Amino acid sequence: MYRYDQYDQAIVDARVAEFKDQVGRRLRGEITEDQFKPLRLMNGLYLQLHAYMLRVAIPYGTLSGTQMRMLAHIARKYDRDYGHFTTRQNIQYNWIKLEQFSDLLDDLSKVEMHAFQTSGNCIRNISSDQFAGAAADEVEDPRPYAELLRQWSTLHPEFSFLPRKFKIAVIASDTDRAAIQLHDIGLQLRRGGVGDSGGDLGFRVYVGGGMGRTPIIGQVVRDWIPVGQFLSYCEAILRVYNRYGRRDNIYKARIKILVSELGIDEFRRQVEAEWALLEPLGLDAPRQEYDRVIAQFAPPAFDPAASDDLDLSDPDFRLWVERNVHAHKAPGYAIATISLKPKRGIPGDASAAQMDAVADLAGRYAQDEIRVTHSQNLVLAHVRKADLYALWQGLDAADLATPNLDLVTDIIVCPGMDYCTLANARSIPIAQKIAAKFEDDAAGQRDLGELKIKISGCINGCGHHHAGHIGILGVDKKGEEAYQLLLGGSGAEDASLAKILGPGFDENGIVAAVDKLIAFYRTARAAPDERFLDTYRRLGPAPFKEAVYG
Amino acid sequence: MPSPPTRVLTGNRLETGDVLWWNGHDWSLHIADAVAIGDEGEALAARLVAEERINDPVLIDVTGEPGAFVPTTTRERVRASGPSVRADLARGSLSVEVI
Repeated sequence: MYRYDQYDQAIVDARVAEFKDQVGRRLRGEITEDQFKPLRLMNGLYLQLHAYMLRVAIPYGTLSGTQMRMLAHIARKYDRDYGHFTTRQNIQYNWIKLEQFSDLLDDLSKVEMHAFQTSGNCIRNISSDQFAGAAADEVEDPRPYAELLRQWSTLHPEFSFLPRKFKIAVIASDTDRAAIQLHDIGLQLRRGGVGDSGGDLGFRVYVGGGMGRTPIIGQVVRDWIPVGQFLSYCEAILRVYNRYGRRDNIYKARIKILVSELGIDEFRRQVEAEWALLEPLGLDAPRQEYDRVIAQFAPPAFDPAASDDLDLSDPDFRLWVERNVHAHKAPGYAIATISLKPKRGIPGDASAAQMDAVADLAGRYAQDEIRVTHSQNLVLAHVRKADLYALWQGLDAADLATPNLDLVTDIIVCPGMDYCTLANARSIPIAQKIAAKFEDDAAGQRDLGELKIKISGCINGCGHHHAGHIGILGVDKKGEEAYQLLLGGSGAEDASLAKILGPGFDENGIVAAVDKLIAFYRTARAAPDERFLDTYRRLGPAPFKEAVYG
Repeated sequence: MPSPPTRVLTGNRLETGDVLWWNGHDWSLHIADAVAIGDEGEALAARLVAEERINDPVLIDVTGEPGAFVPTTTRERVRASGPSVRADLARGSLSVEVI
């Protein structure tokens, strides 16, 4: 894992001191709320329905046991004993007090964490593949490059006031677990590009993807940029966006609109022209900096004698292994996903005690390293197969062993109107009502197979409803909650955007509609292993519409 | 002509972010203490904005009688009672059941 050097720590310490001063001035009445609001937002502090909400950055979703314990401590000391892991691989606290905020920032900085650039029109937390460094199908660990992006984008003076927020994701395999085509910039690390002998590393660069009000799938702006030049290339993209992105209309300010309006060919031409000016200036990190960062992500010393044997005689353990455990690139090891979607739970929420439990288990069985996924789950990426049973027992004791990864009850949900000022409708109760129909039927869930339901409480789409096999969007209907139903989305390598199926519903109506969709799918799938999404793609929306509205 | 809706004044405390309700002379944590605001509402809200100790003061529509006011929109009912999915965190004066 990356550890701060003196520059990283100095930057955080200076920024924390600056914001503590700003908080103090606001509390003393020396600055107005209008003056303070943009400052607090740049430091991840929102005012939500019930209290201040703090969003803490978890770079590329990776954190140590020590950091997780600090997140638990913050939940316990400054909040109401829980936190909410988000679709941006961050964590949010819902009950923060401004008058305690300085102490909170000090605590966070002790473990090399902070909250800046988790809001505002800047480059946000860099996201990545939760299986990075462990996936058998990756060309290399993508996180060193995500870390280089983090350093490059941290307090970047030119990109602190962009037309709108900017999100970058980095992966290193053909399987996309980070939804890179739905980011402002998506980077896929590959080996051997056009004109290359086949051994070098470079990126395929997607640009202009995003969800929200105007969902668009990103396009390839460059099929190959050598890793040694990717920072200056990103700089060129940001420069073109910063110069020409629309600042006159917040709904048209994202880079996806600029790319759409210019067309990808013209946008590419402008980026290449900009890069031709930038590249010779030597903006890219020197080789020794690459080496320094890459060295910090060196894989753990895997035991070559680790056994691949696994005793699956406990049926509950077997269920969990079949659903939540993935192959690791090292023999004798496995990747374990911890579901934060327990029965009758709130998707993404974890209590302080659960965070401590995960930290303890990571220290005991998983090289003291934890990942947060954009699906609001946690991952222990390096677990000996021989330790999986003990790990599962520990997780089960903390109500963290739900065997439902990627199943109908593994629902992505934004906080919705239970917490968020922007939301038009509650999203968590919808997820709970849908899950309640399936969560006591493990066999039924498995029979349905991969089924990704994603729910947003407003058009901003924090719940990724446009990327859901089934997407649900909360809308306002004369002060009351209503819900639109969308089908056919995917945030994976087969990215697609979900489309509205028909008229909306009330709270109970949307739950019943999902029930009808799933009942129809059971009868319509061509084979038991045909996913809901594939049945929809094969048949089109008409029969699904008939099933719901007919 | 229909009578104008009953309005109450709400905001968030600067120091804590707590949801507050104007009880006629001070702020309360409980909507049960809220008083109906008449024509003086806009002036009162403007004064509070100028004082900069309460964030986002706003007049909202409610139904019911004093001591049992219920906001007319779901959003404000959630705000008054607490997250509907965490009854254990409800503010006490208004059950999440009203949401």
